[in-house]
Amino acid sequence: MATYTPTTPVDGIGRGHKPPVPPLGGGDEGRGGNSPDFIPNYGARLRRARLGLFCAVVTVCMVFISLTSAYIVRQGMPTFDDASNSYIHDWGMVRLPWVLLAINTAILLVSSLTMELARRNAARLAALDPVKSIPGVSLGKETSFPWLGVTVLLGFSFLAGQWLAWGELHDRGFYMNTNPSSSFAFLLTITHAIHLTGGMIALLWAASASLLRKPVESRRIVVDITAWYWHFMAVLWVYIFALLGLAR
Amino acid sequence: MATPVTVHAHAAPQGFIRKYIFSLDHKVIGLQYFFLALTAVWIGMVLSLLMRIHMIWPDQVWPLIGEIKPEAYLALMTMHGTIMVFFVLTTAPQGGFGNYVLPIQIGAPDMAFPVLNMLSFWTTFVGFVVLLAAFFVTGGAPLHGWTGYPPLSALQSAGPGEALGADLWITSIAIFCLASLMGALNFITTTLDLRAKGMTMMRMPLTVWSWFITAILGLLAFGVLLSAGILLLLDRNLGTSFYVPQVMVNGQMMLHKGGSPLLWQHLFWFFGHPEVYIAILPGMGVASQILSTFSRKPIFGYKAMVYAMLSIGFFGFMVWGHHMFMSGMSPYSAFAFSILTMCIGVPSAIKTFNWLGTMWKGRIRFHTPMLYAIGFVSLFVSGGLSGPFLAQPVLDIPLHDTAFVPAHFHLIMGVAAIFGIFAATYYWFPKMFGRMMNETLGRIHFFITLAGTYAIFMPMHWLGLAGQTRRYSQFTEVAYLQKLIPLNTFITYAAIITIAAQFIFVINLFWSMFKGPKASDNPWDATTLEWTTATPPPHDNFGGVTPVVHNGPYEYGVPGAAKDYVMQTDPAVGGH
Repeated sequence: MATYTPTTPVDGIGRGHKPPVPPLGGGDEGRGGNSPDFIPNYGARLRRARLGLFCAVVTVCMVFISLTSAYIVRQGMPTFDDASNSYIHDWGMVRLPWVLLAINTAILLVSSLTMELARRNAARLAALDPVKSIPGVSLGKETSFPWLGVTVLLGFSFLAGQWLAWGELHDRGFYMNTNPSSSFAFLLTITHAIHLTGGMIALLWAASASLLRKPVESRRIVVDITAWYWHFMAVLWVYIFALLGLAR
Repeated sequence: MATPVTVHAHAAPQGFIRKYIFSLDHKVIGLQYFFLALTAVWIGMVLSLLMRIHMIWPDQVWPLIGEIKPEAYLALMTMHGTIMVFFVLTTAPQGGFGNYVLPIQIGAPDMAFPVLNMLSFWTTFVGFVVLLAAFFVTGGAPLHGWTGYPPLSALQSAGPGEALGADLWITSIAIFCLASLMGALNFITTTLDLRAKGMTMMRMPLTVWSWFITAILGLLAFGVLLSAGILLLLDRNLGTSFYVPQVMVNGQMMLHKGGSPLLWQHLFWFFGHPEVYIAILPGMGVASQILSTFSRKPIFGYKAMVYAMLSIGFFGFMVWGHHMFMSGMSPYSAFAFSILTMCIGVPSAIKTFNWLGTMWKGRIRFHTPMLYAIGFVSLFVSGGLSGPFLAQPVLDIPLHDTAFVPAHFHLIMGVAAIFGIFAATYYWFPKMFGRMMNETLGRIHFFITLAGTYAIFMPMHWLGLAGQTRRYSQFTEVAYLQKLIPLNTFITYAAIITIAAQFIFVINLFWSMFKGPKASDNPWDATTLEWTTATPPPHDNFGGVTPVVHNGPYEYGVPGAAKDYVMQTDPAVGGH
């Protein structure tokens, strides 16, 4: 099992304080993951996991950048119309259920907030964990609000809300192939939902790590990277919401 | 000096399945990638052989296949290109050798995320199986070429193979994208975070630099291809019109309207051009490594080599439009893409100059890996020189649909990269399998392959200049091409001989694996970290110790040193 070595005084950690994170870098900086004096501590594992997450976020960004460029190109492109024998813009329109989408946006933003609270709580517990092993020291009965559970519930609510929004679009007569505008509306929201489902799986994994009583530092790493991914999903959704709203 | 320390996150597995099938060990996964690519390259080669024979003897009837009809020829072409580009040129250099060697060369016990690494390989494997399945479904494999241009690729009724076969093709590409993204993430994290103490970025072997930059290219490029593929699947199956304009197929008006085939081309080539460098950059790294080792000289201009690779990667994302000069783009855009494309010639020339400078006045040891590294440089120059021709819109337009373009990209992207793979195989085989490959067989294999390659692809340039079109299954009855039949026949015979010579490689590979003479830990007197550990390396790479790096990767001919090389871990001599 990995050994946890605190790198910052325990006093300095708590809600609102930044968790201890060693700076990025491999061998040359002398604090690398595999230097001879390296103990596979959770700080190094956390840094590695965050770096991996950063790469994953870059990839997801590239997916949405390419979809956005396709959106803009397709929107501005004239197409030949047989009936009028001329070039027309066939972008069309889609009547999105804005109220429902706004509620979903609010749910996702709140979930991002609860996820951040869960992340800070996990960091705090990880920092306090070594203190428990000191003879004669008791932290008393720790009760913390189940922020992770709340985030899971809000995440499910968001996905359910998106499901309702797609149903509403169908009721209004808009399908994937109705016109380019509706194609992109479905495409962007479904692609986001698929990515968010990935986040949900990570959240459930984080929750199960808590239930299975995995080492506290492992739980913290899972919660930390899931939280950053979740924040990214929230920002991405706001971007999609703005794109669908502003570039109609 | 190495200091004992426990570093390995996962213990050596004992069961067969965990040890060889679902292994977390980067070395086993590297070998899995290598053998997957070896299988793929044979399938791809057989497909190309069928095409070449069909071009000369179009009425040939084959057992099991029968006569090759035009649509079957296009299916062969599509599958050949797809298998070779994705499952050979992307898989072997990065997935195979990168996986096996990179962690050892930076002094790490494994990749950063071993489970993800395993997942990445098996996802690639599934992608390969899905692609091959296209041969066996109703209608057969798709016809649209490895570039998958719509509307042909977007309409199920466009031809045999464009129904389920094309869906499987796109699905396979999408699966491959996911696998490559997982791999790229792992390579980047490993390189940045797991280097041993003393292994500064500027002490990394050029192979590590090449795999690292390739991973960055993959991370940025494969997501775009994935998106493009999803849009194509939607056009094909849900009736959207991202790529399909109003179009009539076999007298029937399609329901699509207003889409743009050029949108696919932009997205595809935004991935496609970096993909060329994803295939060739690891070869550049391997060539640098081997040329320095076997010339017994430090690499000429290490920093220039690093910056050249970085700038090749950077420019690689800015030149996709040069694949689309035929699309009727604005001359201003074409001019910009043309200038940027020619800019890539500068770092490429720096690299070539430095390879030659490395060999200049070296005490060259002509072992098989060295021969292949020199062959790589030769092919890189021969194939690369036609690049600036094609970068000119005014020349590209008449040449684009001729055999000149396949000749160009086969030399530079195909065979040069394959020579990089051969060089890497002969070079690291002793480390991977603990035995030496047969030198005589290796040399025979090299000379036939080099001569055969030039015999195939140099005349193909002339065919292109003479106006022979590409992708046409049959031209023997076209009047103006009659005089080119002898040259085409020559190419086909050259292809048969070159492919036959590859049996020498396979026999050498498997024979040496079991019967070759035992290899020492450092048979090439090389300096990088993989040669400091046992042969083959133990499960944790360095047997419970982690190396400390004191020197650069190419310290050969160091004045005052006891031997003509100084290992990276040797603290005694500072080197150059």
